[in-house]
Amino acid sequence: MKVKYFAWVRERIGKAEETIEPPPNVRTVDDLIAWLAGRGETYAYAFEKPKVIRAAIDHAHVKPDAAIAGAREIAFFPPMTGG
Amino acid sequence: MTAIVTVRIQEADFDIGREIAAMTSARTDIGAVVSFSGICRGSENGESIAALTLEHYPGMAEAEIMRHAETAMARWPLTGLTVIHRVGRIAPGENIVLVLTASAHRQAAFQAAEFLMDYLKANAPFWKREESAAGTSWVEARGHDDDAAARWTKS
Repeated sequence: MKVKYFAWVRERIGKAEETIEPPPNVRTVDDLIAWLAGRGETYAYAFEKPKVIRAAIDHAHVKPDAAIAGAREIAFFPPMTGG
Repeated sequence: MTAIVTVRIQEADFDIGREIAAMTSARTDIGAVVSFSGICRGSENGESIAALTLEHYPGMAEAEIMRHAETAMARWPLTGLTVIHRVGRIAPGENIVLVLTASAHRQAAFQAAEFLMDYLKANAPFWKREESAAGTSWVEARGHDDDAAARWTKS
């Protein structure tokens, strides 16, 4: 699946998007955040406060317990500050 | 006549007068147009701001705004709706966002404009970065924006 990062999540990780293949035990958005945080220092820094991170699956906001099965694109970003 | 919904995300500035004219020209069923424009402030908490840079999530941002526009169209008797959100670097005094709502009477136009702005601030995937003498920093989300959006789901 494709993963996209925005704002300071993107800056901390150092890339805007990548393609990942998480193991089968990674079932929810929360699981994915924990798995990503274990991928290295930059990821650990980006996801150091998982509760702050918002997620979207295929362009729709989702809660941390949302299942990721079948997702084509998952995005992680800070709370929005537009308008 | 059918209501026209316009949603644009762009780097270029917009002209409020021109957007209102586009919404109302050749129509006689519009009795009220409400416009809200968000403008870049020159200071934040007493500190001067050199500029804001707005980042968005292409695809999702358009979809989120369109979804909220459709909710507004279903909730109020609107005859037209325009949302324009700028991205990129914006200097103090420049426009950031425009919401226009048109209706036969003012109440629907006022309420729909406020609803759209509250939802835009809390849910549309845009992020602001501030430039000041101290460097650059991401603007932090404020809890009262979430509260403002939540009040439309009550009652």
